[in-house]
Amino acid sequence: MLSAEEKAAVTSLFAKVKVDEVGGEALGRLLVVYPWTQRFFESFGDLSSADAILGNPKVKAHGKKVLDSFCEGLKQLDDLKGAFASLSELHCDKLHVDPENFRLLGNVLVVVLARRFGSEFSPELQASFQKVVTGVANALAHRYH
Amino acid sequence: MVHFTTEEKAAVASLWAKVNVEVVGGESLARLLIVYPWTQRFFDSFGNLYSESAIMGNPKVKAHGRKVLNSFGNAIEHMDDLKGTFADLSELHCDKLHVDPENFRLLGNMILIVLATHFSKEFTPQMQASWQKLTNAVANALAHKYH
Repeated sequence: MLSAEEKAAVTSLFAKVKVDEVGGEALGRLLVVYPWTQRFFESFGDLSSADAILGNPKVKAHGKKVLDSFCEGLKQLDDLKGAFASLSELHCDKLHVDPENFRLLGNVLVVVLARRFGSEFSPELQASFQKVVTGVANALAHRYH
Repeated sequence: MVHFTTEEKAAVASLWAKVNVEVVGGESLARLLIVYPWTQRFFDSFGNLYSESAIMGNPKVKAHGRKVLNSFGNAIEHMDDLKGTFADLSELHCDKLHVDPENFRLLGNMILIVLATHFSKEFTPQMQASWQKLTNAVANALAHKYH
């Protein structure tokens, strides 16, 4: 899926990512830009405004959890379906999340990276990351039935 | 019909006022051609698209990107009637250019990413939400006359 150069570029950019912050920001922006996604997080408390969402500690914590698993996926780019098999079953059987939302979160993550890295987020890097987030979204949808 | 609140319209307009149409338009189109290479098929007459740097530096890509983003500027002035505003362009893209409407959504996403790289401070979650709504609505308007 990714060439050796693409893997190296993705890994080196991601090494600079503040995982604590980026996960929370990506999840927060998902909830703001696509408000129906809030339905999966009713237990998170105050999601009544963009500021409330971005400042919500449960959103930040869950965002970090999601990005941590994304980081794990980056170590297994040659077998994303295997890497995300259990999470795929979880999201289908227990959480009942429409897989389209994985694509949306992936796209929001790309926007967050673009914002944080500016011109460093070259078109080539964007292309490589887009492949990764698409691959992860497909892997998460793979066990759906 | 998509409804934009006063705040959304104001947010879009405030960022638009800072946009260099040639730079952002050219870069958005170039990124589309790089990230989704099949889109290059619509631009066979543009010459050298063989590498990222060739695409980014290609004068025809820049010129066309500016043309496309200028029409976005038109959209921002007519946010309450995007379908009407894009009716002719929709027919053109269907009947003459044969462009799969999914590509409009992809280009819209590229515009967002370019705005995010250029305007990190201004591109708040609310700004992103307003622009995502606009690009989706423009994509829908461009697809509206397809048959």
